[in-house]
Amino acid sequence: MDTLRFFDNSVSSAQLESVSMGIPEITVNNISVQYRGVEALRDITLEIKPGRLTGIIGPNGAGKSTLMKAMLGLIPATGDPVFYGSQPLSQQRQRVAYVPQRSQIDWTYPATVWDVVMMGRIRKTGWFRRFSTVSHRRVAEALERVGMTAYKNRPIGQLSGGQQQRVFLARSLAQEAEIFCFDEPFVGIDQKTENIIFKIFRDLADSGKLVLVINHDLGESITNFDDIILLNKELIAAGRRQQVLQEENLNQAYGGKVMFFSGNAA
Amino acid sequence: MWDILIEPLQYSFMQRSLIVAILVGLICAVVGSYLMVQRLALLGDAISHSVLPGLAIAYIVGANIFIGAFIAGVISTVFINLIRTRSNIKEDAAMGIVFSAFFALGITLITIIQKDNKIDLNHFLFGNILGVTLGDVRDTAIIAVIVILIVVLIYKELLFYTFDPLGAEAVGLPVNLLNFGLMVLIALTIVASLKAVGVVLVLSLLITPAGTAYLLVSRLHHMMFCGVGVGVLSSITGMYLSYYYNLPSGPAIVLVASGFFTFAFLFSPTQGLLTHPPTTPQQPAFIRELKSLIKRS
Repeated sequence: MDTLRFFDNSVSSAQLESVSMGIPEITVNNISVQYRGVEALRDITLEIKPGRLTGIIGPNGAGKSTLMKAMLGLIPATGDPVFYGSQPLSQQRQRVAYVPQRSQIDWTYPATVWDVVMMGRIRKTGWFRRFSTVSHRRVAEALERVGMTAYKNRPIGQLSGGQQQRVFLARSLAQEAEIFCFDEPFVGIDQKTENIIFKIFRDLADSGKLVLVINHDLGESITNFDDIILLNKELIAAGRRQQVLQEENLNQAYGGKVMFFSGNAA
Repeated sequence: MWDILIEPLQYSFMQRSLIVAILVGLICAVVGSYLMVQRLALLGDAISHSVLPGLAIAYIVGANIFIGAFIAGVISTVFINLIRTRSNIKEDAAMGIVFSAFFALGITLITIIQKDNKIDLNHFLFGNILGVTLGDVRDTAIIAVIVILIVVLIYKELLFYTFDPLGAEAVGLPVNLLNFGLMVLIALTIVASLKAVGVVLVLSLLITPAGTAYLLVSRLHHMMFCGVGVGVLSSITGMYLSYYYNLPSGPAIVLVASGFFTFAFLFSPTQGLLTHPPTTPQQPAFIRELKSLIKRS
């Protein structure tokens, strides 16, 4: 079913390319993270599949961001190297678009919306070169897709939280990456932006990309995900949402005090 | 008016020092822009104090003082990073410890050697721009060209790295190399500026023009251009003031730059103190700041 989904819809040339190459999955084997002598993550083994929208959930301090950063090689971790297909992910970083938590960024930085989205093209452009017309076009398209075209010359400090998040999303789109990683993209943003962002996540997953999102709450939004990684220092469960979001798993992750919305998410 | 501008230029020492002042004003504003956005103002101060023993040792062994200062500056940043990453001591404390130790060592060495070498500690601390030689002009020009070249060549990568280091690392940019490049830029700029304003005031040339520009424009390269304008104008004005009113040159330049900053702080179109009054106008901002200071302590 997952492979069938690639071929419906109208597909752009970029999407066709990724389909024909067949984006592989990410495999994480026995990863642990120590932070100043404290164990942050213990022995995580899991797979993340392309073409599916994967959410990482868990209580505060469960190591959600740590897992994402360790996977991408942004913090030191022990265990086997993370593989993307048959090669270590660390050798294929140009395929990764990572969007950090909004709070980690200095939004008074002197840059416009355009400047930030253009950063998505830097790796493709290469050292000592100017941005190509293709890059300019990709950035314009990405801004259009997140509905921020009108703001392209706006300093980033004048944006609302939701707009800032959409600019970061546009940056990752402009990058034409295969692996999209978002650290808590829905913190402090409005419902409208959340809908726009989930729509784009869905489109990315449907076009065969690998989309990994850290989600901060267990609200209704969780039903948007296909797969869930449930974490609390160690892996509680991973796989299809319906299978992971069992009471037993949630109790184990959240220590019995589940503030799960009473509906039937599973 | 014309005469006022031309007169000092008859003297070759004024020509030389004006060229050095302009070059230094230029590269300080460019590199200072990175210090501003990286919140590394204190690191600039730390490196500038740390280069002193390098200068002294270069004098003792007869090496080029620019190279000696540069090496000392780089070593100090290595020590700062070592303390920060290998212990629980935070960066600000690490900087304070390292730079005061280096500074003390530098003062000690220079005091010991200054009689034999006919050098003056004050020139290191406060600069001696009127005494620059043709060789100094050449060295400063070379450093300026190197600094500008590096910034132009890796501008877009440095923009990404300074804005979002994790995002830049995730796509595979060599962030350690970029960070090292940034440290080299800072050290080179400080070394080039020592002749003009000395160890103590170099921070002002780095931060004040860039800070002025930061209040006025909102893109990094605009900030650099605007900062260069402020920096160069401050250098020239400061030199003329020092010539006509017999003021110390370094401090004169710094005071002019601070004047520009004050002006921008009051009248910035987006965040000026006077152009954008605070939302609660009953109480002047100054009083409020004072109150919050008292409360905190």
